[in-house]
Amino acid sequence: MSQTTIDIVNKNLAKRYAREKRFRLLGFGSVMIGFAALVFLLVTIVGDGWGAFKQSSVRLQLNFDQSVLSIEDVADEEQWQYGNYIGVIKAALRQRFPEMTSRAQKKLIYRMVSPGADHQVRQLLKKNPDWLGSIQEVWLPADDDIDSFVKGHVDRSLPESDRRIKDTQIALVDALQESGDLKLKFNTLLFTAGDSREPEQAGIRGALVGSFLTLLVTLGLSFPIGVAAALYLEEFAPKNRFTDMIEVNINNLAAVPSIVFGLLGLAVFLNVFGLPRSVPLLGGIVLTLMTLPTIIISSRAALKAVPPSIKEAALGLGASKMQVIFHHVLPLALPGMLTGAIIGMAQALGETAPLLMIGMVAFIVDVPGSFTDPATVLPVQIFLWSDSPERAFIERTSGAIMVLLTFLITMNAVAVLLRKRFERRW
Amino acid sequence: MSLSTLFTIALIVVILAFYTGQRKALGFRMSGGAPHSLPFYHGSWFAVCVLLPAALFLLVWSVGDGAVIKSIILADLPEPFASQSTQEIQLVYSEITQLGQSSFVSNNAAALAASGKEFQALHSLSAQLKYSFASVLVFIGAIYGWTRLQPHFNARVKFEGTVRKVLFLSASVAILTTLGIIFSVLFEALRFFDSVSIVDFIFGTHWSPQMSIREDQVGSSGAFGAVPLFVGTLLISAIAMLVAVPVGLMSAIYLSEYASRRFRAWAKPLLEVLAGIPTVVYGFFAAITVAPLLRNLGETLGLSVASESALAVGLVMGVMIIPFVSSLSDDVINAVPQTMRDGSYGLGATRSETIRQVIIPAALPGIVGSVLLAVSRAIGETMIVVMAAGLSARLTVNPLEAVTTVTVQIVTLLVGDQEFDSPKTLAAFALGLMLFITTLCLNIIALHIVRRYREQYD
Repeated sequence: MSQTTIDIVNKNLAKRYAREKRFRLLGFGSVMIGFAALVFLLVTIVGDGWGAFKQSSVRLQLNFDQSVLSIEDVADEEQWQYGNYIGVIKAALRQRFPEMTSRAQKKLIYRMVSPGADHQVRQLLKKNPDWLGSIQEVWLPADDDIDSFVKGHVDRSLPESDRRIKDTQIALVDALQESGDLKLKFNTLLFTAGDSREPEQAGIRGALVGSFLTLLVTLGLSFPIGVAAALYLEEFAPKNRFTDMIEVNINNLAAVPSIVFGLLGLAVFLNVFGLPRSVPLLGGIVLTLMTLPTIIISSRAALKAVPPSIKEAALGLGASKMQVIFHHVLPLALPGMLTGAIIGMAQALGETAPLLMIGMVAFIVDVPGSFTDPATVLPVQIFLWSDSPERAFIERTSGAIMVLLTFLITMNAVAVLLRKRFERRW
Repeated sequence: MSLSTLFTIALIVVILAFYTGQRKALGFRMSGGAPHSLPFYHGSWFAVCVLLPAALFLLVWSVGDGAVIKSIILADLPEPFASQSTQEIQLVYSEITQLGQSSFVSNNAAALAASGKEFQALHSLSAQLKYSFASVLVFIGAIYGWTRLQPHFNARVKFEGTVRKVLFLSASVAILTTLGIIFSVLFEALRFFDSVSIVDFIFGTHWSPQMSIREDQVGSSGAFGAVPLFVGTLLISAIAMLVAVPVGLMSAIYLSEYASRRFRAWAKPLLEVLAGIPTVVYGFFAAITVAPLLRNLGETLGLSVASESALAVGLVMGVMIIPFVSSLSDDVINAVPQTMRDGSYGLGATRSETIRQVIIPAALPGIVGSVLLAVSRAIGETMIVVMAAGLSARLTVNPLEAVTTVTVQIVTLLVGDQEFDSPKTLAAFALGLMLFITTLCLNIIALHIVRRYREQYD
C-alpha cells in the first residue's frame, strides 16, 4: 500500500510541533532578556544608590568661642563670612579625643569630619545668632572615607596601606559608634546643596533647579509652537509641495541625533546670536527644537482623532473656520496634546548630549536663580559625577539617577493616567 | 531689564489693550450700531496692533545689537591689539565686555580701559534706544489700531488672518531648524575643509586632532583622518544591532502572535520602560557595571578585554534599542491582514511556519525600515559612548578592544574652553556633518520603505 498524504503529514508532525515549541520559547526568551536587562539595570542602580540618601554624621560639642571664631557680631556680614569655623570644629574634635596628642594623630582626627563642614557651621550660626559664646551639640557630616567605611564599602581585612581609612580612624569610628556620636542620618544635604568637590557636601539642588528652569523654557516654547504647527498642518495647510516638505522635515527631525541639535545651538545661538553660555534659556531653546517634532506628531494625532461631525455641526451653525477650531476641535484634542507634551518633556528632562555642546557642563556651585544664570541640569550632573574617582561619588551618581528616574516615571505615569482619564471613543 | 520683567510688562500691555479695544467695540453696540465683528475680535485685533510691531522690533534689535557694538568697538581698538590675529582679537573683545564687572581681573585692564568704557556706554545706549523705540512703536500701533476700530471694521477676518499667519510661522519652525542645522554645520565644515583636504578627512586612517601650540612641539601632529572613527562607530553599532534586532524582533513576534492579551498588556509597556531610561543612565551602567563585568569574565577565560571595550558599549546600546525595534516591528506585524494568517492556517501550517513563511515576508519591508531607523539611532547615540567607550582612535574591528566613535570625538573636541576658529573645533562640525548626512539618508530610506509598504495593505 502506497503512502497517503496523511501519512506523510503525520510522519513530520512531531518534528514540526517541536520546532513550533522551540520558536515559541525563543520568543518568550527574547521578552525575558529584555526584562532581565531592565531588572539588572534597576537593581544595580538602586543597590548602588540607596546609600546616597543616608550620610554618616558625627555629633560634636561645638564651642562657639568668640575669640576662636574672631566674630564679635554675627550680623556683620564680613565677620560672619570669614569666621574661623574650622578652628571651632578642630577644637571640638581635639576635646572629643583628648588621647590623640601627636601631630599625626591630630591630623587623623581632623579628617573624621568633612572638610566642608565649616560651611554648615557658618549657616547654623546665621540661623541662631545667640549661639555665639555658647557650647552647642551639633551633627556634622563625616568625611566621605569614613562614610564609605560606616556603610560597609571598605574591607577591614585589607592591609592598612591599601585602605583610604587608617586603623586609628577605624578605632575612632568604633568608639564614636558605641557612644552614639556617629550615626547614619537622612542625607538632607543631597537635596539642599549645590555641586561640590567633596562628595559628602555635594547635592543636586542646583541641578534640579536648573532642570526645572530649562524645562520651563522648553515647555513654554515647544507646546504653543508645536500645537500651532499641528493645527496649521492638520486644518489649514493646502496640499502643495511646501506642506509636503514640512511633513517630511518633521519626520526627519524626529530621528536626527540629539547631538546635532547641540551643534546647531553652538553655531547659531552662541556664535551668531551671542546668547550667553551654559544658561537655562539657551538649553531650553535647544531642547525645544529637539522635542518639537515629538509634540507636533502627537498633537496631529490628537487632532485627527476629533470626529469631523463636530466640525461640520459647528460650521453648519455659522461658526468661522477659526472659531470651529479654537472653540471645538482644540478643547477636545487638548488632553491628547498634553499627553504628548508630557512625554516630550520627559524626553527633554533626560537629554544630555546637546546640553554638553552649549556649555552646560561647567562646575557650578550656586543654585541658579534666573533663566540667564549659569546652570547645569540633572542628567549633566550625573555625567559630571560619574567622572569623579571617589567611591562616594558612584553612590551619589546612582542616587541622582534614582531621583531622575523617579521624575521620569512620575511624568510618564501622569501621561498614561491623563490618556486613560480623558480618552474618548467617538 | 530682565526677561521676566519684560514678559510681565508685555502681558500687562496686551491685557490693557485687549480690554480697551473690547470696550470701544461694546460702545458701538450701545450706540445702536450693528458692528461687523464681536467685541472680542476688536479687542484681540487691537492687542495685536499694539504688541506685534514692538515685539518684532525688540527681537530683531536684541539679535543684532551685539554684532553692531562689536564692530564699533573693534573699529577703534588701541594699537597693540588692533594688529593681532582674529583669534586674539576675539579674546581681547571678550575681555573688554567683562571689564565693567567688579570681579573680573585683567592684565590689559589699563590699555583697554577706554574700550571698556566705550562698550559700557554703547551697551546702555543700545538698551535705552531699544526700549524707547519699542515704546514709540507701541504708541504708534495703538493710534493706528484705535482709528481703525470702527463699527464696520471686519476685525474678526483681520484677526483670524493674523492667527493663521502665526500658525504658518510655527509650522515653518521645522523647516527653519533643518535649514539651521544644514547651514551651520555645513558652513563650519567647509571652513574646516579649507585647512584639511576632504579626501584626507574621509579616507585618512590616522586621527589625532591635538594641534601643536608651538611649531616645534612633539607628539601633536594634528592628523584628521576619520576612518578609525567611522570603523569604531560601525563596530559598536553592529554589536548593538546584533543584540537589538534578534531580541527586539522575536519579542515583537511573541507579543503580537503568541502572548495572551493580559501578558501583552503589561509586558509591552514594561519593555518600553527601557526606551524611556535616559541615555546617561545607560552610559553610567555600561561604564561602572557592564565593562568591569566583561573584563573580569575575560580574565577568567584568559582573554584580554579592554576596560572600555566596544563589546560592553555595544551590548548596553543594544539593550537600549530593543524596545525601539520591537515596537516598530510590532506595528508592521499587526498591519499584516488577518486573512493572510487565516489562509496559511487553513492550509495546515503551524503558527511558527505561518510567521516564518507568511508574516515575516509580508512584513519584511517594514521590518527593514525599522531596523534602518534603529541603526541611525545607534550611530547617533552619544552619551553611552562618551561615558563608556575609549578616546584614542584605533583602527580595529576587535570588539574586545577600545574604539572611539564620531559622537565621542565631537563631544571631546567641543567640550571645554577653546577658541572657535581652530581646525580642532571645526573638525567637530565636519564630523557632525557626516553624522547628519548618514542619519538623514538612513531615515529617508527607512521612511520611504515603510511608507511604500503601508500603501500595499491599507
